[in-house]
Amino acid sequence: MGALVIAEHNNTVLNIATLNAVAAASKLGTVDILVAGHQCQAVAAAAAQVTGVTKVLHADAPHYAHGLAENLAPLVVSLATNYQHLLAAATTNGKNVMPRIAALLDVAQLSDIIGVVSDDTFVRPIYAGNVVATVQSLDRIKAITVRTTGFDPVAATGGAGTIETVAAGPDLGLSQFKGEELTKSTRPELAAANRIVSGGRGIGSAENFAIIEKLADVLGAAVGASRAAVDAGYVPNDYQVGQTGKVVAPELYIAIGISGAIQHLAGMKDSKVIVAINKDEEAPIFQVADYGLVGDLFKEVPALIDALSK
Amino acid sequence: MKILVAVKRAIDYNVKARPKSDGTGVDLANVKMSMNPFDEIAVEEALRLQEAGKVTEVVAISIGPTACQETLRTAMAMGADRGILVQTDDEVQPLAVAKLLQALVAKEAPGLVILGKQAIDDDSNQTGQMLAGLLGWPQGTFAAKIDVGEGTVEVKREVDGGLQTVALKLPAIVTADLRLNEPRYVKLPNIMKAKKKQLDVVSPADLGVDITPRLKLVKVAEPPARAGGVKVADVQELVAKLRNEAKVI
Ligand SMILES: Cc1cc2nc3c(=O)[nH]c(=O)nc-3n(C[C@H](O)[C@H](O)[C@H](O)COP(=O)(O)OP(=O)(O)OC[C@H]3O[C@@H](n4cnc5c(N)ncnc54)[C@H](O)[C@@H]3O)c2cc1C
Ligand SMILES: Nc1ncnc2c1ncn2[C@@H]1O[C@H](COP(=O)(O)O)[C@@H](O)[C@H]1O
Repeated sequence: MGALVIAEHNNTVLNIATLNAVAAASKLGTVDILVAGHQCQAVAAAAAQVTGVTKVLHADAPHYAHGLAENLAPLVVSLATNYQHLLAAATTNGKNVMPRIAALLDVAQLSDIIGVVSDDTFVRPIYAGNVVATVQSLDRIKAITVRTTGFDPVAATGGAGTIETVAAGPDLGLSQFKGEELTKSTRPELAAANRIVSGGRGIGSAENFAIIEKLADVLGAAVGASRAAVDAGYVPNDYQVGQTGKVVAPELYIAIGISGAIQHLAGMKDSKVIVAINKDEEAPIFQVADYGLVGDLFKEVPALIDALSK
Repeated sequence: MKILVAVKRAIDYNVKARPKSDGTGVDLANVKMSMNPFDEIAVEEALRLQEAGKVTEVVAISIGPTACQETLRTAMAMGADRGILVQTDDEVQPLAVAKLLQALVAKEAPGLVILGKQAIDDDSNQTGQMLAGLLGWPQGTFAAKIDVGEGTVEVKREVDGGLQTVALKLPAIVTADLRLNEPRYVKLPNIMKAKKKQLDVVSPADLGVDITPRLKLVKVAEPPARAGGVKVADVQELVAKLRNEAKVI
């Protein structure tokens, strides 16, 4: 009785969040990976290389192309009886599909685990990370989403899994993919970046956000934002860091013009080194910052870019 | 078409929760409670659909202790037509909430159910997806925009890479994300009016649902605190510290 990890991918590339989920699964027993998609052989092959993977279950059909939960969940359910644990990274895809799987199996789901205590007991943050709960599942099958920052990823290579084709289920025709508007960026991906520069309402406008981007470029960093900056339209929604956005834990997180509301802190307070630049010395962000600089961001950030460029 | 909206009574978003000193749970004594913010967005969206003539009735549902009546009154003061409280003092976990909502869907036969994407207390982000699974309905989670047409709803979803649009057959489940709308403020006269609106109370047993928890809380604790930091005088000092002390650049 092992664990089945649902791979996250775009039919071409295995998303590295899957490696964090495999890391959590490896603490529970043998690990198989499900790669369901359309013309996703390359992903199945990549998944077989992942350290610790025994078997890749590969299901290929047009109606798995976009990971829509309505078709994917019954497929996972049909495979689930062979497993004690079902895991997915707590990405928007994982969060979308895993509860549906759990409901179809009549089991609870554990969201966003950051620790494994035993094969039925897990650690997860609640209340915007202000409380950490240890929770025991009483169900036979444990459906789990994994907070990627809680587990160091396993190596993408070095494994020697076998690939087994599994039959696709039907297209239930409940939902249809219509299109997507993906944010284009040449910078590192927020969820996986070693360095992140985030801007908040203090930046003031979409145009002004260029100074955040410039600093990010000097540092080779990803760009993030507070909810207020997203709501104001300075940056796209997928830049949001926080309780209800992305949770990140880079080596270096620089918060600029961000006050430090609990919802924002929930998404970044496990970063290794935190820098805050804010003109209000009372701003709560300074309570979690290793290095706080009180000042006007329009003066300090250009100076920082200058100093780093030297 | 009728819409059901699920509204949870949760800790107010401005309050920082703390574990009880004995680690048995979260200290909620004398803590301000409000409607879960995502549920306000869900109610607002239902009301906008009603105002656009696409919906005939908006019914708010809350599950929990008697105090949830306040949450329902808030939803009705915003404009919901009536409320249903599934009253219980026991803990109700997302799977059980989904089953109770499933039972109410069977009674009310809505065309759409809107929930919040996440309750800010348990941070589960599960209930809508579970309800959709139990009903065999499509799900449009993390909605930033919804467009109700004939027999379908198009949902623009906030996903990790940006936005994704899906078309769902009605009836369907939608969960509200932050950018779906900005909820209206409740006006005083509407609070008075809401007091006269219909509020039915049922029990989980009335609905034939077993709400026994499947997850056992072993303990709660505070997260490890960060060591206190320092203020730097200027950019030069900051860069020096990052290079020589933190060694991150
Ligand atoms: C249900 C819910 C979910 C939420 N989820 C999230 C989430 O996931 N992520 C998130 O971030 N927030 C979230 N929020 C919002 C959160 O509560 C705060 O409103 C938000 O984080 C504030 O963003 P901010 O710090 O950019 O803006 P503000 O709080 O307005 O702070 C702006 C800061 O900029 C500083 N500033 C202004 N001008 C300058 C200048 N020239 N130089 C230097 N400093 C300057 C100010 O001193 C201030 O501290 C959520 C809220 C709710 C209700
Ligand atoms: N006790 C409850 N009463 C009413 N609605 C609830 C309850 N619990 C959860 N919900 C709904 O489900 C959504 C997601 O909650 P959760 O899955 O707990 O994060 C919430 O935003 C509500 O819309």
